[in-house]
Amino acid sequence: MLVLFYIFAALAVLAAISVIAQRTPVYSALSLILVLCSLAVVYLLLGAEFIAVIQVIVYAGAIMVLFVFVIMLLNAGREAPSQRSRIARWLGPPLIAAFLAEVLFAVWKQFPAGSARPAAPLDAGPAAIGHLLFRNYMLPFEVTSILILVAILGAVVLAKKEL
Amino acid sequence: MVPLAHVLSLSAALFVIGAAGFVIRKNIITVFMCIELMLNAVNLAFIGFSRYLGNLDGQLFVFFVIVVAAAEAAVGLAIIIALYRNRNSLNIEELDSMKM
Repeated sequence: MLVLFYIFAALAVLAAISVIAQRTPVYSALSLILVLCSLAVVYLLLGAEFIAVIQVIVYAGAIMVLFVFVIMLLNAGREAPSQRSRIARWLGPPLIAAFLAEVLFAVWKQFPAGSARPAAPLDAGPAAIGHLLFRNYMLPFEVTSILILVAILGAVVLAKKEL
Repeated sequence: MVPLAHVLSLSAALFVIGAAGFVIRKNIITVFMCIELMLNAVNLAFIGFSRYLGNLDGQLFVFFVIVVAAAEAAVGLAIIIALYRNRNSLNIEELDSMKM
């Protein structure tokens, strides 16, 4: 269990680094799919079966297909190296490391190893999620359906031939 | 059982990598993918807390985040297509017409 978590956590981090290190958008997209699939395994290990399946179907399936489709539609090739702001190249990595150290410090200070005992395993199947969704979260559910409708209309209007 | 601190550390690492990519990449599609990476890092934190608090609400929040991410991807990619049609470029350094 723990070993699987570390394997897929390492895979997710390596693939995430590959997402930002690749200069060709298609390679970034494929690495991102790898991140999403390894996160789905991590969700399974954490007892969220429904979300793991949704992650693979909706994220890795639908959203990333949209990304790859647009990349191929626009024929996005290798990006040119940037010539601007030399100082950012030297200042960036230490700032990123400082940001990471700050967040990790906060996490480990708040939750030292072995402090948080997990609760009893939940029933996180589709039935339990559905009950909660249609009982306690009815209004957000309806609002997201309106959001999806607006997004579809907006995408059609924006991608039209003449704006 | 996976310790909560390790789950949150993975989440933090993914978020920081996404934030770094958001700043260093020049292709607008890759920048957009870094936003998805950061959303996933937050989802992971939600799932971890849901497991440790024994509360299903966190998983529902992840559900809503995924729905909003799908809507965001549809609109964002449509904007990118419209932008490419008008400017013929995906480089964010050339998209500076709003600059003073």
